[in-house]
Amino acid sequence: MARVETRAIKKYFGEVRAVDGVDLAPKDGEFIALLGPSGCGKTTLLRIIAGLETPTFGEVLIGERVVNDLPPRARGVAMVFQTYGLYPHMSVFDNIAFPLKTQGVRRELVRGKVQWAARMLGIETLFQRKPRELSGGERQRVALGRALVREPSVLLLDEPLSNLDAKLRASAREELKHFQRRVGTTTIYVTHDQVEAMGLGDRIAVMEQGKVRQVGTPEEVYDQPADTFVATFLGTPPMNLVERAGEILGFRPENFLPTEFHDVQDNLVEFCLRLTRAEYLGSERILYGVLEGRGSDVRVAAKLPSNFTKPFQEGNRYLFAVRAKDVSCFDKGSGRRISHP
Amino acid sequence: MEFALKQARAARFRYVLDRRQTLGPLLIAPAILYVAGLVAIPFFLALYYSVSGFDIVHLRLSFVGVRNFVDIVQSSIFRQALANTFVFTIGSQVLAMILGKTLALLLLRDFPGKAIVRVLVLLPWAVPVALGTMGWKWMFDSLYSVINWTLQAIHIIGPESWPQWLGEESLAMISIIVVHAWRMFPFATVIFLAGLTAVPSDVLDAAVIDGAGFWRRTFQVILPIIAPIVLVALLFGTVFTFTDMSVVYLLTRGGPTNSTHVLGSLAFQVGVLSGDIGRGAAISLFLFPMLLVAVVALLRVLRRREI
Repeated sequence: MARVETRAIKKYFGEVRAVDGVDLAPKDGEFIALLGPSGCGKTTLLRIIAGLETPTFGEVLIGERVVNDLPPRARGVAMVFQTYGLYPHMSVFDNIAFPLKTQGVRRELVRGKVQWAARMLGIETLFQRKPRELSGGERQRVALGRALVREPSVLLLDEPLSNLDAKLRASAREELKHFQRRVGTTTIYVTHDQVEAMGLGDRIAVMEQGKVRQVGTPEEVYDQPADTFVATFLGTPPMNLVERAGEILGFRPENFLPTEFHDVQDNLVEFCLRLTRAEYLGSERILYGVLEGRGSDVRVAAKLPSNFTKPFQEGNRYLFAVRAKDVSCFDKGSGRRISHP
Repeated sequence: MEFALKQARAARFRYVLDRRQTLGPLLIAPAILYVAGLVAIPFFLALYYSVSGFDIVHLRLSFVGVRNFVDIVQSSIFRQALANTFVFTIGSQVLAMILGKTLALLLLRDFPGKAIVRVLVLLPWAVPVALGTMGWKWMFDSLYSVINWTLQAIHIIGPESWPQWLGEESLAMISIIVVHAWRMFPFATVIFLAGLTAVPSDVLDAAVIDGAGFWRRTFQVILPIIAPIVLVALLFGTVFTFTDMSVVYLLTRGGPTNSTHVLGSLAFQVGVLSGDIGRGAAISLFLFPMLLVAVVALLRVLRRREI
């Protein structure tokens, strides 16, 4: 295990700034999720840490040592790829054993180590199979086994769950988290799926256009987004943004409820909402509406638990409110969060 | 009533090409006719000639059994040509494969002038064999050899010790192998290039991360993955070379003293130039059973290796 750090990493592809000055320092043993829309530079950053790309500027440190000039194999990193990158002509056993063989590990030791990794992932029975004979979930585990068998100092995961179907993804997510806790390897996990990032990450780094917008625990990035991008990237539906008095107010749909639903003692910010559409989703109801005010109308959404059964009529106006402490304020020009005293 | 019937009949002809049973045979017919007319008939004719005493003096189709085959096996020129065919085929294939693989790896990278290099690489393949080989003939010429001239200019050989590329037995063999490999390697390059670009980049990246160096990546990851496609190229190249005579005929005509004859050129000389058609057919058919076995075996290996 080791500390990983990137210092002011920049990567330009011609005119395109894929990564534009990223400082990232996961703690030892931490699971950090790199979250961002596609094309935000998160995979490029991961590949730079792995040594598959060279940064245009900046330094990568692994275990207090600058590794910019070291090839991937000298960095002690392991990586799981989006399509797993299993060797199609090798059996599962040979796939997992491959990184050990390249390191010249003695044959007697290889067997034991491969078995250790396979047992942990529950794939010992698949040793003789070829990758094409495996299901998506099994492939993903073999790829993970191959990454972990040589006990890397850093584990890099590039959207490893994106090729699994939705049901399998949920269980694989849980396994992955459990597994990472057990081996305690510093892990950087790239994803565009906020649920994965929230569920897996000890901390989340939200990236956009090559820059890290915010690093924080899932609670921090969700409840106190650093800017309007983070505010609207996380959450379904995303945070409502309403311009008022030269600032942008942001509040989550689940905090935006009919006034009578709130405690009267709370300090409330009230809005008049004209309901345009209501969606019933089983466990919750989502109400879409328009805040009619000066200038243009603002579209907002409210998320109501379904045990709140009051009927709503599309086209009617209702009073909705949010507690003042649930409101985030952003600067109108920069979009950065303003913390009021 | 009558009108409707007429219409139905018209429709039957109008949509005749929409029917699979009609269109399919119609489309495949030219290929079948072509193969039958230009491959099958000559092939069976050759089979028959090989067991007959047919020659251009006595135009009679007398059955002589395996006499032609016995005769040619007893001839030392034939045995030499048979050995030459193997040396020529294996030598030129190995050379073409190594050149092709190296060049394909080079062409995978980006460098200035890559487009021009790609065109130049394909040139030996596109140039008519006679033209290309004439060029080589001049380069190997005993008086005007640009190769010898260069070697002398950089003081590797003296003016008295010019190698006679096409005049010495072993050098002549090397020369025809080099020229044939030169003709074949663009094809090998294209095949390797297609194979290499088909290897998923995640697999290559994984191999780099897993600590495999260049040689291990090449021999333990890339080559096994592209093996099926390389085997096909090798198969075509081998069969093509076994039956080819153009380079030999244009460059050495089998000389000096029959030392570079391959079965193709010998069959041409005996069967066409000397007019002993029966024996010529026997020579050219000699390798057919072996090639057939080789082709079937390779195709089997291929099917099993599919990944």
